[in-house]
Amino acid sequence: MKRAISVTVNGTKYSNEVEPRLLLVHYIRDTLGLTGTHVGCDTSNCGACTIMMNGRAVKACTLLAVQADTAQLQTVEGLATNGDLHPIQQGFWEEHGLQCGFCTPGMMMAALELLRRHPDPSEAQIREGLEGNLCRCTGYQHIVNAIQNAAGKLRGAPVR
Amino acid sequence: MIPAPFEYYAPSTVKEAIGLLEQHGDDAKLLAGGHSLLPIMKFRLAQPKVVVDIGRIGGLDKIEAKGSTVTIGALTTHDAVETSVVLQKQCPLLPETASVIGDMQVRNRGTIGGSLAHADPAADYPGAILALDAEIVATGPKGNRTISAKDFFVEMLTTALKPNEIITEVRVPATGKTVAYLKHPHPASGYAVVGVAVVLEISGGKCQKIAVGVNGVAGKAYRAAAVEKALTGKALDEKTVADAASHAADGADAASDLYASSEFRAHLASVYTKRAILKAASRT
Amino acid sequence: MAVSSLFGASIRRREDPRLITGQATYTDDLRLPGMVYASIVRSPHAHARITRIDAAAARRHPGVVAVFTGRDLEGKINPIPTAWLIPNSDLKTPPHPALAVDRVRYAGDGVAVVVADGPYTARDAAALVRVDYEQLPAIVNQEKAVEAGAPQLHEEAPKNVAFTWKLAGGDAKAAFAEAERSGVVVRQRFVNQRLIPNAMETRGVVAKYTSGSGELTVWYTTQNPHIARFLMSVVTGIPEHKVRVVAPEVGGGFGSKIPFYADEAIVAFCAKATGRPVKWTEDRRENYLATIHGRDHITDLEIAARRDGTLLALRGKTWANLGAYLSTAAPGVPTILHGLILTGCYTIPNIDYEVQGVFTNTTPVDAYRGAGRPEATYLIERMVDLVAARVGLDPADVRRKNFIKAEQFPHTTAEGLSYDSGNYGPALDKALELIEYTRLRDVQKQGPKDNRYLGLGLSTYVEICGLGPSAVAGAVGFQGGLWESATVRLHPTGKATVYTGTSPHGQGEETTFAQIVADQLGLPIEDIEVVHGDTGAISMGWGTYGSRSTVVGGAAIAVASQRVRDKAAKIAAHMLEAAESDLTFERGRFSVRGTPDRSKTIQEVTLQAYLAWSLPAGVEPSLEASAFYDPTNFTFPFGTHAVAVKVDADTGQVELRRYVAVDDCGRVINPLIVDGQVHGGIVQGIAQALHEGAAYDADGQLLTGSMSDYAVPRARMFPRFVTGRTETPSPHNPIGVKGVGETGTIASTPAVVNAVMDALKSFGVTHIDMPLTPERIWAAIHKQSDKKAEVKAR
Repeated sequence: MKRAISVTVNGTKYSNEVEPRLLLVHYIRDTLGLTGTHVGCDTSNCGACTIMMNGRAVKACTLLAVQADTAQLQTVEGLATNGDLHPIQQGFWEEHGLQCGFCTPGMMMAALELLRRHPDPSEAQIREGLEGNLCRCTGYQHIVNAIQNAAGKLRGAPVR
Repeated sequence: MIPAPFEYYAPSTVKEAIGLLEQHGDDAKLLAGGHSLLPIMKFRLAQPKVVVDIGRIGGLDKIEAKGSTVTIGALTTHDAVETSVVLQKQCPLLPETASVIGDMQVRNRGTIGGSLAHADPAADYPGAILALDAEIVATGPKGNRTISAKDFFVEMLTTALKPNEIITEVRVPATGKTVAYLKHPHPASGYAVVGVAVVLEISGGKCQKIAVGVNGVAGKAYRAAAVEKALTGKALDEKTVADAASHAADGADAASDLYASSEFRAHLASVYTKRAILKAASRT
Repeated sequence: MAVSSLFGASIRRREDPRLITGQATYTDDLRLPGMVYASIVRSPHAHARITRIDAAAARRHPGVVAVFTGRDLEGKINPIPTAWLIPNSDLKTPPHPALAVDRVRYAGDGVAVVVADGPYTARDAAALVRVDYEQLPAIVNQEKAVEAGAPQLHEEAPKNVAFTWKLAGGDAKAAFAEAERSGVVVRQRFVNQRLIPNAMETRGVVAKYTSGSGELTVWYTTQNPHIARFLMSVVTGIPEHKVRVVAPEVGGGFGSKIPFYADEAIVAFCAKATGRPVKWTEDRRENYLATIHGRDHITDLEIAARRDGTLLALRGKTWANLGAYLSTAAPGVPTILHGLILTGCYTIPNIDYEVQGVFTNTTPVDAYRGAGRPEATYLIERMVDLVAARVGLDPADVRRKNFIKAEQFPHTTAEGLSYDSGNYGPALDKALELIEYTRLRDVQKQGPKDNRYLGLGLSTYVEICGLGPSAVAGAVGFQGGLWESATVRLHPTGKATVYTGTSPHGQGEETTFAQIVADQLGLPIEDIEVVHGDTGAISMGWGTYGSRSTVVGGAAIAVASQRVRDKAAKIAAHMLEAAESDLTFERGRFSVRGTPDRSKTIQEVTLQAYLAWSLPAGVEPSLEASAFYDPTNFTFPFGTHAVAVKVDADTGQVELRRYVAVDDCGRVINPLIVDGQVHGGIVQGIAQALHEGAAYDADGQLLTGSMSDYAVPRARMFPRFVTGRTETPSPHNPIGVKGVGETGTIASTPAVVNAVMDALKSFGVTHIDMPLTPERIWAAIHKQSDKKAEVKAR
């Protein structure tokens, strides 16, 4: 039996009837058509599906859509505001923090919370903070640089 | 990967949840944070007919100090345990343990009650729960009962919980600063190949009391009794600790898998026990 | 060539804005009107006879459109071919049906496909397809598979042998005889374990068939759309000109998206049979079972040397596990791409080597980043260290002593390759300096601290890149060419579209190719668009693999750009009423020598080329040019990687303390992108050394079946890498580049293993097979300690 849920994603409210087993990541991708959030591993290891839920980074492949009922969600599509890239996006671009780009949305969403917790992170804090996100292309070094770059831009200003 | 269909309930009270468990019996599974249950449902290794989502029950995520005891609501996330000022002050072993569970995203969702109920021997909490002599409060149709940590873990993936009971609270005693949790994480899953939790009381340069909880090594977490016995009343110099720690896996049926044989696991248990005790002792 | 600031500049990538905003379209992001979804039923058994398939319940399931089995495909879908028929090897090519008909040969072999109105319905219905199996004994180890009495996979391949390939150069027998008499012979068995590529995006296909026009369009995760179109046409019987293959955004490949898989053909069949667009997206579990694996060699190797460390000869045999069927490039990887580079960057005049390719009940094995060259480099670099230990010299000195000298290039090796250029000494010196080799050797002499042992490891490598001259491709049995196409088209407003036959999927060539064109034509980079990955837009191409895109595809673009410039010069001369030979071209402007105010920009010339009101005699309208560049040789990048580790003898854990990579990939177009390629490669190579390894049980069940079991490396496992470069341009490449996509993977694995062995030398440990997990290291230390204790007791 389907259940009615309503969620706010990137500031827009959506109401849908969903099967209880529908995974949140599939709801976001297939029902809402926001395909920037990716499915990488299916086992909550890779973090490609990371989004913000009520201000916390979570893995949308290991959540049911019904669990997100009434929640505030933010996906990669909600990072930039009025066409201006978020400092994290700028950091990834400037420091070549991505290659194939598949892990990047989840990586940036994890970085969002990482920088909220550690506004001036050490390299070790960044590497440990990315424990839940896998990248097969970059070898991580440019991702570390990207997050350091973003931290510099954000310092003094609150993380959106 | 896609779970099989199920009926879904999201009760708003513990009583309602217990009623659903009574009604559906073995067909029902409890869903808290979902980080233990959903992965196996996606592999279709678990296909419950009914899922009871207790995540919306209010009031089960509080951490409160009551005298020399701290109570932790079952729905408290690993992150909330890690960052709790009350726990950092009164029972620092739990925040230290929570800080190395999975990753940031997992800690944001996974709950202490869910983790304990799943009773994965490679989870991080069991060793600490045992070393702290914690109590687990289970709520059933007839109200609450308290299960001591040593009785809680029955065997791999099995606890003393009855099918119609829900963990609602975990109670831990206040401790000093001389505690530590050290783990050897599996390189893929992050679960503990070996995890050792230590609670020490030291005075007059001697170990007055010691509790060592070990997870990851055997089918269920255990207290390293031989180690505790050997060190009680002793000064904790490196040699003494090392000798005692070599008995960390005594009597344990150490597990064997692709990553670590039982022999190596037992060896790691000794090494990590030694290091955890010395680390705890250094925190005076 | 014109040199401007763009060639060699670390500019930001032009592909990034769409990727960092979630606007990029990967295959699974596509949704077509009326689209239905496929789920493939796969065998849970590694080897079994199919006795019955009952799909009735699945067909009855609400929302199911169709269910097909192997019988339904018979006669309609041809077997999946291999495309590398290595010569003189008695290669057997048993048929590989897209869906198994009566027998499955690995866990993951497809047996049926369900098409339904949604992915969840398709998955549910797939679980309802009942397949009865009669299990057969399985074999997973290639060395045991060739023994008498082993389970047999294919009637066409007795003893499970797919091929036996031999390589000989010089006189290895005589060299070994000499070494036995007066030098040293070192023997070692090496296992190069099986790896799972793990591109972060799994494979996926969307296929649409329009019966009215007979056209099949396939969007899918491929590294080489034109090869895919060719093979799709061969397998489905749909004529090539009616097939269009599009590679949308592709989320990494590392070789695993080179092959033409059964799944693509199955989905195309479903689209044609149901008349609906069909999408299939692999889940990660399927990816581990049904996408190719890499490496999996067992090698017995011996090396002959003089007591002064001079290397004389290599001799050995490798058993290469190919899995259950021959994947697209599988026969060429452990032979041509492996054997031909075995002597590495050393003068070793004698070689005698054999490779046996073996069928087993496992997932097919094919090219994984480096493809054959990491295996070869691992063997020679480990052997050099073993020789150094035996003769009592520092590994750096043995390497330097045996390097092919700078003045010896071009150099023909014992394997018969002609290395184009190289200068190996400076790269080694630079790496030693960056890692402070001498100082660390001194630190090492002070002995371990807290039972943690310092070790230093080197890897001096050379690799075959820029695949490659087509004549060579033909000679070695590759069923394709390896040239590359490019079209550079200027539009009337002076903007440019560049078409390439390569198919980048993370390597950043939309940026580097634009840098080449901007450099050649003086256009602003934002006026250049690079188009790739669509057979409907690009005449032909051979795709992205073997570090060939920038080397071969980039060269094609440079040549096409030069042709555009030459034509533009003719038109400019006509416009300026000057002789062409009197013109200069700088920063996009043609000027008459000596009178710089008489000039025309390339944009002005382009407009006139299109207006064609007044063109010089014999010059056709428009301004575009194509090039079909076929290289005259491979390129041979080289370098030195150096690593310092600390091994915890109590836990067996390896801590990477310092990592230095000095690579020479010829001229560098974009240093930031080159660093990114090197970093990513290093991590994949280190992960092979320390963490990754696929494992099967004796029944052929994959034990490392998810990312919870198989250790894809994480950020915290690595230190900050130090990269350095030397620059020795390729003499035959028009832009002097050599390729950099695989160097890191090739170099890092042996460097790390050498470092760990160096750390353990005081225990008497000389070799441990990868991955060097804590248990393997601990066990090796204890085995040696026990031996010593025994000796003492006696």
